[in-house]
Amino acid sequence: MVDLPRIVITGVGLTSPNGNDLAEYRRNLLAGKSGVRSYEIRHFGPTLAGVCDFDALRYQGRKELRRGTRAGSVAIWCANEALRDAGLDLDRYDRARVGVYPGVTEHGNVETESEIHNVSQHEFDLAFWSHHHNPRTVANSPAGEVVLNLGLRGPAYCLGGACAAGNLGLIHGAQMLQLGEVDLALGGGVSESIRTFGIFASFAAQGALARHADPTKASRPFDKGRNGIVVSEGGCLFALERLEDARARGARIWGELIGHCIGSDGTDFVLPDSAGQNACMRGALRSAGLQPEQVDVVSTHATSTLSGDEVEMRAIREVFGDADGVYVNNTKSTIGHAMGGAAALELAGNLPSFEDGLVHPTINLDDLDPECEVRNLVANEPREVGRIETILNMSFGMLGINSAVAVRRIDA
Amino acid sequence: MTTEEVVVAITDIITTIAPDEDVTNLDRSERLRDQIDLDSMDFLDIVMELRKLYGVHVPEEDYKELATIDGCVAYLHPLLADKELHCAASA
Repeated sequence: MVDLPRIVITGVGLTSPNGNDLAEYRRNLLAGKSGVRSYEIRHFGPTLAGVCDFDALRYQGRKELRRGTRAGSVAIWCANEALRDAGLDLDRYDRARVGVYPGVTEHGNVETESEIHNVSQHEFDLAFWSHHHNPRTVANSPAGEVVLNLGLRGPAYCLGGACAAGNLGLIHGAQMLQLGEVDLALGGGVSESIRTFGIFASFAAQGALARHADPTKASRPFDKGRNGIVVSEGGCLFALERLEDARARGARIWGELIGHCIGSDGTDFVLPDSAGQNACMRGALRSAGLQPEQVDVVSTHATSTLSGDEVEMRAIREVFGDADGVYVNNTKSTIGHAMGGAAALELAGNLPSFEDGLVHPTINLDDLDPECEVRNLVANEPREVGRIETILNMSFGMLGINSAVAVRRIDA
Repeated sequence: MTTEEVVVAITDIITTIAPDEDVTNLDRSERLRDQIDLDSMDFLDIVMELRKLYGVHVPEEDYKELATIDGCVAYLHPLLADKELHCAASA
């Protein structure tokens, strides 16, 4: 096997229901401050969701905002913020060698529902169907909007991976750098999914949409009272560089991608499988050259469904069961499920642990389901654990897709 | 609508489509695209707004008539004469 360049994260740009930069987001994760609130959407009615409040006009003009999609707007925010966080000047790059790789769970539903609503106001006369529909619904549109916003000329497309997509964007960006396709990659994931009523209706039809009188308590992975998913919007893009390039410009390095695994359960359209998740975790550890006990933080996918959380924790017990010093947490309890943005946001929420030695908690865990019990599950309060070296970030999705990314600290 | 109201209707639609542009001192005889940033998709937005707000259908072969404000007035006034202005501003 060829020696491939080492890849590092030098910038983080994000918007989450509880923060619009990494410092604010991290502070709120440590404080257990939820970003979930009451929400209403046409045809479905009152529900709950994680809603972002980033200032889209900071990086977009009003016409650009009107022309594009919400996912594109999230991606543009995250891309600009990642570049700012990384201290990167695009003028120093060949713009044809900057890649944009956002993962998405889905794209196009928001716009299509909106257009159908529009023409329904005109007796379904398709003369009223928008010429914007095609450019807004092609699968690459969030990536393309970043290209237009930043004046780039390089590869830009979305990675479709259901709820695992955020890891896929990160992995793919790293791989493109390793292959020498680009010199800078913006990889991660984004989501606008709360703006489609279809996602709420479909989860509800499956019996998988969370309900709770207090929106901040609705997402409760591992708790006996959990009853489904809280849908959120949001995103995170990482600025990724080859290590030698990052060091040459004196960049601050958040961490190094040392391994990953992408696989499939191969068993069911929607129900996850422990064996597949187990294999994915072990694959990522093997790729990173790690033994299970060398992982300090396991960032779980767990979406607060009855079956999904149990399946994942079974796999975690199998892989990490006997290892001391492996801390397990969950971010969806605090921000809901940010779909295409989830994996990237959840990794980002853990990255500052290399600096502060803290593991943020999974919140809303009042009555642990015994089927979800694992050693060193960090619940309700953050845990100070000392030096943290390695994070394993897992994300799984429909059609049985599994992904895991291992990130290690790099000391200056 | 009067011809001045047609001007208001068109500039109001342009403001909706291109909210960052200054439409207060547009030269009525010059091409709109030479004065403000309007591309072909924006132009289709203008045609769509005319359809939605006033029920006016502009066939593709007539798009060139709408290149200037004077052109818009000349083409649209006969079609809008018996319609009411639909926007916040008034002539």
